[in-house]
Amino acid sequence: MTSTTVGGKLREEDAAVLVQPASHPRVAWYQAVYIIWYRDLVRYTRDRPRLLASFAQPLLYLAIFGVGLSSSLGGSFSKGAAGGAGVSLSYIQFMYPGVVSMSVLFIAVFSAMSVVWDREFGFLREILVAPVGRGWVALGKALGGATQAMIQGAVMLVLAPFVGVKLTALSVIEVIPLLFVLAFGLTTLGVALATRLQTMQGFQVVMNFILMPMFFLSGALFPLSRLPVWMSVLTRFDPVAYGVAPIRSVILEGSGVPGPVVNRLAALTIGGWQLPSILDVGILSLFGLAMLVVAMRSFSRRA
Amino acid sequence: MRGGRRVDLVHAKWTQLKSKHHSHIPVAPVGYAGAFTEDVLVVAIQQNERQMPLEQQPAILVRGLVKRYDTVEAVKGIDLTVRSGEIFGFLGPNGAGKSTTISVLCTLLRPTEGSAEVAGYDVDRHPALVRQRIGLIFQDPSLDDQLTARENLWFHAMAYGVPHEERGPRINAALKMVDLDDRAGSPVKTFSGGMKRRLEIARGILHSPEVLFLDEPTIGLDPQTRARVWDHLRGIHARSPITIFMTTHYMEEAEWCDRIAIIDHGRIVAEGTPADLKSQVGGDVVVVSTDDDDRAIAEVWESFQIEAAKGTGEIRIEVPDGAEFVPRLLREMTVPVRTVTVRRPSLDDVFLKLTGRAIRDEEADPKAMMRRFARTWRGGR
Repeated sequence: MTSTTVGGKLREEDAAVLVQPASHPRVAWYQAVYIIWYRDLVRYTRDRPRLLASFAQPLLYLAIFGVGLSSSLGGSFSKGAAGGAGVSLSYIQFMYPGVVSMSVLFIAVFSAMSVVWDREFGFLREILVAPVGRGWVALGKALGGATQAMIQGAVMLVLAPFVGVKLTALSVIEVIPLLFVLAFGLTTLGVALATRLQTMQGFQVVMNFILMPMFFLSGALFPLSRLPVWMSVLTRFDPVAYGVAPIRSVILEGSGVPGPVVNRLAALTIGGWQLPSILDVGILSLFGLAMLVVAMRSFSRRA
Repeated sequence: MRGGRRVDLVHAKWTQLKSKHHSHIPVAPVGYAGAFTEDVLVVAIQQNERQMPLEQQPAILVRGLVKRYDTVEAVKGIDLTVRSGEIFGFLGPNGAGKSTTISVLCTLLRPTEGSAEVAGYDVDRHPALVRQRIGLIFQDPSLDDQLTARENLWFHAMAYGVPHEERGPRINAALKMVDLDDRAGSPVKTFSGGMKRRLEIARGILHSPEVLFLDEPTIGLDPQTRARVWDHLRGIHARSPITIFMTTHYMEEAEWCDRIAIIDHGRIVAEGTPADLKSQVGGDVVVVSTDDDDRAIAEVWESFQIEAAKGTGEIRIEVPDGAEFVPRLLREMTVPVRTVTVRRPSLDDVFLKLTGRAIRDEEADPKAMMRRFARTWRGGR
């Protein structure tokens, strides 16, 4: 027997590459961010069952909830909420931008919550002992989740013709950055929450007490005008509402719904004043950045 | 990079190295000119350290380490010295403080009191420098199942800043070393538990760490797979100047270590080579099972003035010469004896003698349940 192997099939002469001491270059922050972001995207494209499941839920909402309510409300939706004036807008058309936002919401939060598992039994645990700044790991995770959620939302746009919504090239170009801002705000929130959770059991709590209320209060399913005061107040504290409003404005306007009707249906009002879309985006971005700071800080903390 | 403390840092390090090793260390790196930058100095320190004889510089130096969580004191002041290049085993039952200690050494937790140096750097003050020099194989699986073996290693190489041109050759060599080169392109989710473990070892050594930490590297694996994992570890250790620090509660694995320390309730209760520790237990261990163990222990004490230890369904007696003792024992005992075995002491006996009990089973806290679940996943195909 010749003793030319170091271990397994590795021959002595090839082992030098592993035996020689590694130089210790510093890993730049953007490299750390890139690694985490890239890995998230690779996973997203590999996980076929999850990819399929993430389509099923919004489709169910549109096909069953949307169609069901559209036909039972009939023309009364456009007469009531839409304010009549010869505008024919079905409930499903109104709801569609809400469902697009919903798919962004769920993907963003789920992908962020995977941190809880990943930190104990996954790749993230590995990365947390690597010589990379942990805060940047949180940023990479937030960007990775946000990119996934944005792609998901963008893919949902192909359903527009089936619900009678017309999309123009301009409205698509406008909507995609809006999807990203919404996705970013929610992923950072998710990562910030995930750092506080010890086990996956906490996930149910987040789901029932944060995620679902955020979805229902966002205006995705019904207009936020003419609500009882208590509910109206709650909706204004829902970050998702600041994403749904501009997304709906852009999509409905692109579809040819007159501006005043769009505003009445989509825009958030505070004390009777309609918030312009740009302000919605600003508020949502600030929320995302604040959550990012929280997430980065709690990630870098060592017990 | 960060400002004013660099020179202090380097000066402190220099003084510390000088006093520790009494060896000649130049005041400034040769050819040094211009402003001190942390990087230049760190490189200079490394060069000086490399010139030092290996046996003079401990790979791990722990002094008075205490780790307290809220009210619980998990580690109650331990001292450890692990020499460069040795395989050091850290033994103890679950909950003894093994994982806490390893987490402090790997900079995942901060020490409450005391100090720990790994590869020449203080874990609390220079965690980044420590992290660059260590590899860690976790108790729980930490591979990405969706990625292939090669991709897992690629991400690791990126995270450790392995230069672009070195990534490919290193990944290939590491895969060959653990016999996974033919499965490089397969997703990790198709791997068996043992294959995943081997891949984690390949990943742990990919960046040529000075110290490799393994937390229960063979837990949940069947005996053949465990033996194979050990073959790979010893192969790596034989050919590189790496120091291996591992925790285990398999006593038979500790026999492979150069030196071991036994920890119980957060304190080191014994330290030495496996042979040293075993010599603390008399010459032979006589294991006797009887109809009434308590009475048997009492009778052994009356007849021989030897304190027998109570095991589960058996008693263990330490004697200088087992073969000579057994006939005398049988003559004196009135309790019916069912079986008698004479064997050489194992580390299990050392543990039983030092702590008064056998290695415990794990408790059922939520994290342990999550861990078992994850382990089942890893074990399956």
